Amino acid sequence: MVRSGWFSRKPTGNKSSTDIPAGIVTKCQRCNEILFVRDFERNSKVCTKCGFHHKLSAYERIEITVDEGSFQPLNEDIISRDPLNFIEYPAKLEKARTNTKLSEAIVTGTAFIDNKPVVIGVSDFGYMGGSMGSVVGERISRAMEYGLAHRLPVILFTASGGARMQEGLLSLMQMAKTSSSAGKLREAGILFVCVLTDPTTGGVYASYACLGDVILAEPGAIVGFAGRRVGNQDTGVNLPDDFQTSEFQAEHGMVDRILPRKEMRTALALLLKLFDGGRHNDR
Amino acid sequence: MIGDVFDFEKPITEVENLIQELKSPQRREEALHEGIDLSAKIAELEEELHRVMVRVYKNLSPWEKTQLARHKDRPYSLDYIRLIFDDFFELNGDRLAANDEAIVGGPAILENRPVMVIGQQKGRDIKERQRRNFGSAHAEGFRKALRLARLAERFHMPLITLVDTAGAAADLHAEEFGVSEAIAHNLREFSLLKTPIIVTIIGEGGSGGALGLAIGDHVSMLEHSIYSVISPEGCAAILWHDKSRASDAAKSLCLTASNAHSLGVIDDILPEPLGGAHRDPVTMAETIKTSLLTSLNKLDSFPSVDILIETRYQRLRRMGEYVEQTPSEEESNDG
Repeated sequence: MVRSGWFSRKPTGNKSSTDIPAGIVTKCQRCNEILFVRDFERNSKVCTKCGFHHKLSAYERIEITVDEGSFQPLNEDIISRDPLNFIEYPAKLEKARTNTKLSEAIVTGTAFIDNKPVVIGVSDFGYMGGSMGSVVGERISRAMEYGLAHRLPVILFTASGGARMQEGLLSLMQMAKTSSSAGKLREAGILFVCVLTDPTTGGVYASYACLGDVILAEPGAIVGFAGRRVGNQDTGVNLPDDFQTSEFQAEHGMVDRILPRKEMRTALALLLKLFDGGRHNDR
Repeated sequence: MIGDVFDFEKPITEVENLIQELKSPQRREEALHEGIDLSAKIAELEEELHRVMVRVYKNLSPWEKTQLARHKDRPYSLDYIRLIFDDFFELNGDRLAANDEAIVGGPAILENRPVMVIGQQKGRDIKERQRRNFGSAHAEGFRKALRLARLAERFHMPLITLVDTAGAAADLHAEEFGVSEAIAHNLREFSLLKTPIIVTIIGEGGSGGALGLAIGDHVSMLEHSIYSVISPEGCAAILWHDKSRASDAAKSLCLTASNAHSLGVIDDILPEPLGGAHRDPVTMAETIKTSLLTSLNKLDSFPSVDILIETRYQRLRRMGEYVEQTPSEEESNDG
C-alpha cells in the first residue's frame, strides 16, 4: 500500500517562484505539478500527475454526482443569525456568502442518481471551513426528515472542520440534532450514505458523518477527531504519517471503501441498486 | 482553603486568614491575658466574610466560572454517587476492548428505586488522574456508557448521567479505536433509548466528550459549571493565536449555566452552596438529589415511552437559532 509521505501536505509557500498565467494553468497543491486548467477541470480537480484530490465546491460536487439538471435545492431560505454576538461573526458570514455565492456551508436538495431519487447534501469548505452552526444542522435534519417523509435515501458529502465556534453551544447541539435525525432514518429503514471528503473533522466527524449505513471516502482526505497537532502535543507519541486520513480511518474499520472521485457516482448508483432504491417498504 | 487560590478568591482568603488568626490559640491566650473579648470581633469578621463571598460568587466572570468548574477540590461523579445513591455497584468494561476508567457507572438505588448511573471521573491525585486520563474518555469509555445504557433500557431503569470532562481523548489511541464513531453512536442511540434519561453537568461540559453523555430528557447544570463547544484556551488560540486570552474567549463562547439556559440548551440551573460545590458537597448532593427526584417524577408521568422519545427528539430539534425567510414574511426561530 502506498503510504509514507503520500498524504503529508507540503507547504505551498513559494508562490513567487513561477509566474503562472491565471486561468490557463494551475498548480497541484501537493506535487506542485503545473497543470492545464482545462485538463484539471475535466479531471474533476484531481491532479493528473499525482492523483491528489483537490477540494470541490458544493455545486461542482453536485454536478459530477447527480443526473444532469435533476438537482432541486431545499431550505435555502434558512439563514444564519449571530445568536452570541460573537466577535466578527456577521462579517465572516458576509465574506463567506460573497466568496461562495452560497447562503450557508451546506447545500441540500433532491436529485436523481442514475434515475434513482435521493435526498442529497453537500458541504462547502469554502464557506467558513464548512463548519456546522444552527443552519447547517437544521438543513441536515430537514433533509433527513424529507427523506423520512418521502421515503428517499439520504446521501451526505462532508467537508468540514467541525462545529462552528461562533455559535458556541448551539453548534455543539447540532451534533446531537443531526445524529438523532440519523437515528430516525435508521429506524425507518432508509439508507443513509456518507461520503467523507477533505477535510472531515471535529464535531462533524464525531456526529452524523460517522453514522452512515455505508461510509465512503475520497483518497487522502483529512478525516479525524481533533487536530494532528493536538494529538502530538498531548502524548509526545510519534504519529504515523497517514494519521487522520481516510486511509487511516479505513484501516481502523471506520470507512467501508475509499474511492477515487471519478468512481463515486457509479458507486452510489450501484449502492442504490443493491439496497433496492435505499428504502425497504415492509413497514 | 488549601492549595491554589484564584485571583477572585483573594478577598475571601484575606478575611478568612484574619479570622483564623483571631481563632489561633496564641491570640486567644493573649486576649485572655489582656482581658479582651475576641468573639465579637470574630463574629463581625464572619459576617464580613459572608458579605464578601456573596459579592464575589454572584459576580463571577465566565472565565472565573471556568476556573471554579475545574477546581481541583470540586466534587467529582464518584463523590456525588456516594452522597446521592445507595448500593452503587460499579460495572466495568465495554465488552469489546477495554475498561476505560474515565467513565464510571453501574446500577444504584435512588430513594428506594433502582436506577443506572454513569459519570465522567477526573481523579483526585496524580496517579488516579493518569489512570482516568483526567476524565477524558476514549472510545472504550463511551462504549461502556452505551452498554450500561442498554442494560438500563432492558430493565426499565431510568438513566442518570453526570457530566464532567474537559473533552474526549484526542490521542493516537483514541483515533485508532474510533472515538468519533463512539461519540456519534451514543448521540444517536441515547436519542432513541427507551428509558428516561436525566443529565446533570456537574463541572466541565467540554465539547463532544461531554455531549456523548449529555443526550437526555431533562438536562441540568450546576450554577458554576460550564458547557462549551470548545475550551476557552482552544478558542483563544484559534481567534487570536494567544491562549492567554482565554478569559476573553470564555466570555464570547457563552459557556455559563445561565447562558446555556437562555439559549434553550438546558432546562434548569441548580444553585451551588455559597463559594461553590467544593465548600459543601453534602448540601450540593442534596440539591442534585432533589432535582433528580423531581425530574424523574415528571418523566414518569409520560403516557408512553414512544411519547417520551418523540419529546426528546423534538427537544433536540428545537436547538439552534436561525432566520427563515419566506417570500412573504420573515420569521425567526429562537429555539
